Amino acid sequence: MSAEGPAPATMRTTYREAVRQAIREALLADERVFLMGEDIGRYGGCYAVSKGLLAEFGPERIRDTPLSEGAYVGAGIGAALGGMRPIVEVMTVNFSLLALDQIVNNAATLLHMSGGQFNVPVVIRMATGAGRQVAAQHSHSLEGWYAHIPGIKIVAPATIEDARGMLATALRDPNPVLIFEHVMLYNMEGDLAATAGAVDIEKAVIRRPGRDVSLLTYGGTLFKTLEAADALAKEGIQAEVVDLRSLRPLDEATIVGSVSRTRRAVIVDEGWKTGGLSAEIMARIMEHAFWELDAPVARVCSAEIPMPYPRHLEQAALPQPAAIVAAARGTLGR
Amino acid sequence: MTDTALKPHLSRPHLIELLRQMVRIRRFEEKCVELYQAEKIRGFLHVYDGEEAVAVGIVQALEADDAIVATYREHGQAIARGVPMTALMAEMYGKQEGCSRGRGGSMHIFDAKARFYGGNAIVGGGIPLAVGLALADKMQKRPRVTCCFFGDGAVAEGAFHESLNLAELWKLPVLFVCENNRYSMGTALALTESETDLHLKAQSYRVPSEVVDGMDVVAVEAAARRAVGAVRAGGGPQFLECRTYRFRAHSMFDPELYRPKAEVEEWKKRGPIARFSDWLKQTGILHEADFAAIETDAEREVAAAVAFAEAGTWEPVKDLTKFVYAEPSP
Repeated sequence: MSAEGPAPATMRTTYREAVRQAIREALLADERVFLMGEDIGRYGGCYAVSKGLLAEFGPERIRDTPLSEGAYVGAGIGAALGGMRPIVEVMTVNFSLLALDQIVNNAATLLHMSGGQFNVPVVIRMATGAGRQVAAQHSHSLEGWYAHIPGIKIVAPATIEDARGMLATALRDPNPVLIFEHVMLYNMEGDLAATAGAVDIEKAVIRRPGRDVSLLTYGGTLFKTLEAADALAKEGIQAEVVDLRSLRPLDEATIVGSVSRTRRAVIVDEGWKTGGLSAEIMARIMEHAFWELDAPVARVCSAEIPMPYPRHLEQAALPQPAAIVAAARGTLGR
Repeated sequence: MTDTALKPHLSRPHLIELLRQMVRIRRFEEKCVELYQAEKIRGFLHVYDGEEAVAVGIVQALEADDAIVATYREHGQAIARGVPMTALMAEMYGKQEGCSRGRGGSMHIFDAKARFYGGNAIVGGGIPLAVGLALADKMQKRPRVTCCFFGDGAVAEGAFHESLNLAELWKLPVLFVCENNRYSMGTALALTESETDLHLKAQSYRVPSEVVDGMDVVAVEAAARRAVGAVRAGGGPQFLECRTYRFRAHSMFDPELYRPKAEVEEWKKRGPIARFSDWLKQTGILHEADFAAIETDAEREVAAAVAFAEAGTWEPVKDLTKFVYAEPSP
């Protein structure tokens, strides 16, 4: 951070490329690491994340699997028990429901049921979220469900830096870590330091400081929230944007710290409200910052419907900057 | 009962060992039922009476660093594998001296030293784990075998089919052992499967399979040795369907409305311990004194296990939240 030194070299890249480089680096660094999932090899990954990796690392370490989510996620868990460091890619969170038994009943419980004997150092990556008009079986944000489960860790990289850096830390973690990559982020371009590497997977980060209202979000809605904060700034409202990054555990200290300063909070979550992550965050605020609040906590979530196909309806169902702005104004009585 | 090809394994000490292991399991399970009635053991308890020949026969073919993945009816496998009966009984009690520190109970027996990976109580849920353990061995070029036990009920689960396909596709070193006791809980096989000849399902995935008389410990051992040999030679998975029978209720809550008493009695006559003992007697390999010694030893071991469990301690409540997340190694 020396003022005299040359500015660190950065490169132009994409979120997709950052994830790919993270996987490459992990494969190069540790021979126990391998990638498996549907269409990750010859096809290159359904979001093209793993394109080129088969040619570089070969079919032993880049394993195309049958469409058997239960078996290959379970096999990832078993391989982790057997000393490997698997990265399991599930095309989308919607398909991960076919592996829910393995994740919830095995990955999350084995350490506990075995009295501490068997930990499960598996990393499971999957895409989440809407925006590509792929309707009600490919668009939902179910990471909040997973965040309900003790025994697993849930992270949602929203930035290119986190897309590049969370995987290495997740692989070093002795516990099962689920990484949720929002489908609308893969094409996002940005600058990444050439030296970018591992980042923590526990702390929330304030992406934009502000004093008037805290906007708490993660993943795909971070940039909509930042856009809303820009709009609010034009009205003289200084919104603080908190990127949760880790959904389990939640960084309660950062959430409560921010809300205690701004005294107002809006939660932005692409999941549904009912029984969701936004409800949990509201509850934490009630438990720990109730007396600091100047207004009821608000939230902007997806409409409580299965995601529709037509673009105008899909967009209407999703959290949008205008709704975030309105909710933030509301907490200020404007 | 015997086959000349198997004679190398039929030394007197080995035959005694087979009987001894089956009797240890039977006496342990009988004690568990008694302790359940005395409310020392709670939760779900599934005992193995009648099926002992399967676990004992299979385990003979495994080496010390092979792995076992079993089901919620797994006391027999754990005992045959050498999980100390003391730690096993303490686990039944939920004491912290238990093999899973009391956190698992009857359905979740784990023992790292024995490479015993549960104790999995979701039917079919352990099968993908076994495939993964085998994948890890294959990728790390270790000549180990993972032995995966499951019941006939699991064959109806998607996890079974997905796992067999994957194991054969990737030629993974798994021995699949189907303990076909003819009932998935209280529903007869013919009411749940369109094809009741279960080993044929394995063949449809090109996994070599064999049907074994699961009431004949020697036959099970012989088949297991053949199958494990083939797996260890790198030929991919093998499948054994061991046809057996559960003498007691599915669990302690089962009034057994689904099968006639006469059927149970008929199978008991063919029980693995009775049948093997008769043969050992008839052939003059074992004498009354030998049987008595095996019984006495087993009873003594069970009594010691109970005493160990009784003397065991409850994990302090302050440790409640332990073992949810592992700490990073320094």
